[in-house]
Amino acid sequence: MGSRASSLLREEDIEEIKKQTGFSHSQITRLYSRFHSLDKGENGALSREDFQRIPELAINPLGDRIINAFFPEGEDQVNFRGFMRTLAHFRPVEDNEKNKDPTSGEPLNSRTNKLFFAFQLYDLDRDDKISRDELLQVLEKVDVEQKMSIRFLH
Amino acid sequence: MASSVYLCLLRAVFLVCFVNPLIQGLSGDANVVQNPHHELEENLTGLPIVTFKWHHVQTPYLVIIWVFVAGLAKLSVIELNHHVTSVIPESGLLIILGFILGGIVWGAGKAQTFKLLPPTFFYYLLPQIILDASYFMPNKLFFSNLGAILIYAIFGTCWNAATVGLSLWGCYEAGAMGNLDIGLLQFLLFGSLIAAVDPVAVIAVFEEVHVNEVLFILVFGESLLNDGVTVVLYNVFDAFVALGGPKIDAAEIFKGIFSFVVVAFGGSFLGVVFAILLSLLTRCTKHIQIIEAGFVFVVGYLAYLTAEMLSLSAILSITFCGICCQKYVNANMDEKSVTTVRHAMKVLANGSETMIFVFLGVTAIDTEIWVWNTGFILLTLLFVFIYRIIGVFLLTWMLNKFRLVPIEVIDQVVMSYGGLRGAVAYGLAAMLDEDKIPEKNLMISTTLIVVYFTVILQGLTMKPLVQWLKVKRAAHSDLKLIEKLNNRAFDHILAAVEDICGRIGDNWWTRGWNRFEENYISWLLMKPKARRNRDYLFSIFHKLNLEDAVNYVSEGERQGSLGFIRSDEAANVDFKKQFDSEFTDVMPDIMVDMSNYELEIENVSVTSIVKDTIPSVSLDIHGHDRKNAVDDINAHHLLQQHLYRSRKNHRHKYSRSHFSINQSEDEVQEIFQRTMRSRLESFKSAKMGVNPAKKITKHHKKELTHKMANGHPDGTGHLYGDEVDSAVGSETGAIRGTFMRDMYTVGAGIENPVFLPDMDSPTHSSLPWLMETEAVAPSQRAQRRLPWTPNRLRRLAPMRISTCSTDSFLMADLEEHEEQPQTDHEEM
Repeated sequence: MGSRASSLLREEDIEEIKKQTGFSHSQITRLYSRFHSLDKGENGALSREDFQRIPELAINPLGDRIINAFFPEGEDQVNFRGFMRTLAHFRPVEDNEKNKDPTSGEPLNSRTNKLFFAFQLYDLDRDDKISRDELLQVLEKVDVEQKMSIRFLH
Repeated sequence: MASSVYLCLLRAVFLVCFVNPLIQGLSGDANVVQNPHHELEENLTGLPIVTFKWHHVQTPYLVIIWVFVAGLAKLSVIELNHHVTSVIPESGLLIILGFILGGIVWGAGKAQTFKLLPPTFFYYLLPQIILDASYFMPNKLFFSNLGAILIYAIFGTCWNAATVGLSLWGCYEAGAMGNLDIGLLQFLLFGSLIAAVDPVAVIAVFEEVHVNEVLFILVFGESLLNDGVTVVLYNVFDAFVALGGPKIDAAEIFKGIFSFVVVAFGGSFLGVVFAILLSLLTRCTKHIQIIEAGFVFVVGYLAYLTAEMLSLSAILSITFCGICCQKYVNANMDEKSVTTVRHAMKVLANGSETMIFVFLGVTAIDTEIWVWNTGFILLTLLFVFIYRIIGVFLLTWMLNKFRLVPIEVIDQVVMSYGGLRGAVAYGLAAMLDEDKIPEKNLMISTTLIVVYFTVILQGLTMKPLVQWLKVKRAAHSDLKLIEKLNNRAFDHILAAVEDICGRIGDNWWTRGWNRFEENYISWLLMKPKARRNRDYLFSIFHKLNLEDAVNYVSEGERQGSLGFIRSDEAANVDFKKQFDSEFTDVMPDIMVDMSNYELEIENVSVTSIVKDTIPSVSLDIHGHDRKNAVDDINAHHLLQQHLYRSRKNHRHKYSRSHFSINQSEDEVQEIFQRTMRSRLESFKSAKMGVNPAKKITKHHKKELTHKMANGHPDGTGHLYGDEVDSAVGSETGAIRGTFMRDMYTVGAGIENPVFLPDMDSPTHSSLPWLMETEAVAPSQRAQRRLPWTPNRLRRLAPMRISTCSTDSFLMADLEEHEEQPQTDHEEM
């Protein structure tokens, strides 16, 4: 777990990711080793199959949506940067975070960005709109009571 | 204003006049209790027609009189509160009223015989309050904040006890209190009994303030769980005081710590055992539902007493009993029993709370117990207050390092201000042994003053403080269904991300526990029927149905919009007589007969229609009534038809096993018509002629028929053409409009055109969610024209989306239409 993974991650990379996402040093190294263990093909990037290999995701009704969220538009591989960027949305919100770099804009885990990410989870075709079908699909997959929930929305 | 004051005075006078002779009777007849027979023999000169048998009923009579008085007190307090602009919390007012009552009794010159005795309090008044609190505890919130609650309960209470005791001792040594016969251990004992935040007082004050739920659950949970610590500390120091100073060494202290573990966990474990017992009991009471409700109270009380007997923490025991059993008991019991338990618990809890506060006031007026020591009392007040604030802030600072959502400063202020002491502290103080603790009366007095201070003054200022600090308040309304669904969706998302990160977080535990609970525990403790009905969305659906139905009735009565409801009494009776039976027949079926649905599709569909129509009726009509008064008559007819239909369908269910003779004329006619119509239809469809039964739809859709290229049976064409049109319109208002138009242009009254397309559907439409297809379920309107076979449903999906030519759909209609006549015959 430890040495081999971290040797592939340079210090300046860690610094940059830290600045961009706000994770701490130890968190980044731990997540990198996780990334590495998921990456069976050893090519420094994760594909959809790598994610699908996680057993719990298979039974999660919204599993494939989350997986899709990691991959930017049109691409099939996600590198470590992209992995961290997506995960950064889930960091707890910190109110007291002093804005070290005024030009960097809002941190990735701010409330607005979280909401934006959540919106993207619903918006499958990425047209910046959630159509009724997309909404239906999300709600459909949540447990077997799918048909019940659709009926109610009309 | 004058009238309520008058009422209060009247009550006070009544009480004085009534209570006085009772007390005289009590003190006078105390000796005569033993030999009533002799008395009777002695004085017997002739046959006594009526005798005054006071001593027979003495004890229960006094108890009941005091309960009655407490109830009257609450009544007058509520009345008064309207005028005092609900500034003072009820509990405070009750204590003040207790003062008045005590004053009255004292003024009558009698000794204060009605004190709040510790056994009475602990065995008869406290358990129901705790059971009520735990039975209605929001479990999810409680367990997700359990870590914080435990920290506050354990460490907070220990901190309070230690600091208050030590500081008082320090001040005593410094001479601030004059000469008292107290040692360090006794101070610590006093500290431990005054340290505990009281659940009764917290409920009483916080329920009027409505702070946000996290804050409430933290304070409230702490007040419940700190009993474990309080009991241990009290017993430990009590034993230490009895042993005396020199005998306390490391072994004893270690035993003290160990006893905490045993008492706290033992008590909780005992509570869980009784909860399991209770759930199993309610699982088995299918045939004797009338006593189910009783079991809850009996077993709860047993849990309390058993823990008390084993010197474990009784409050923890009954708390965990309530918390663990609520889910299973509510699922297993009949709905009536559930309601009974809820109401009864609230009544008991309210009554006990009232009595506790009144008695707290009454006991103050007792010249014997009051010992005034300025230093002791004032210093206690000061220390209790300050150390609470310090303790809360310290612990929260530590907790916030670990919490996902930190506790804000303002919430901490409210938490520290909300550390109210109450009757539990008084009870513990009254239980002190006078021989070992010579200053018992001083401690009782101080405890009482602390209690009055916190409940009255802090309760008084809590509401303004909360408003001034702009504390986040509780949400005013329940989440809408879409919000609840979204919350669930996000739970799944969080779980997925945690899996990706490979770390075991909160969600992992929650999910693991949920899975374990669903598979094993529910299997053991829940009735099989209840387990199948556990669908979350279904229960929401059911609840909303009931709400809609209730709202509809009350709305109709209030607005006077429905033709058949004119005045409250007469029309009410009519409505209930005509329709209530149907509602009550129909509603329970939703829960009761769901279990059958896996067995027979026919039965299922009936109840599905029943379920479906009720919301569609309510939702449709409800909104409709409000908008347009003219359509009220329409609503009436619609309602009558739908309700009528549901009752008929309901009867349909029994037609396979029981043959019930149709009582109603309308129904007989209707059934006859149906039969004839369907026979006619089967003939006519063979000839491909116009179906008179379908006239209603055809009238509306003449244009569409002309567009049809092929010469296939018009019946189906009309049916779906109609539907397409409205689907294209895609607005429920339009749909309803067309629908209404249909009915009234043909002039249909009770003979229900609505039924025509549907006559076969009850038996053929199955619950969409039971089917394995991926079809989107039909809309409300679609249900009225339900397709004839389950396969039909699939076509509705493309139909709704596409707005272009309907030819393809009509083609699809063609092959399936042939099945219909056969199925008709089968059904007949």
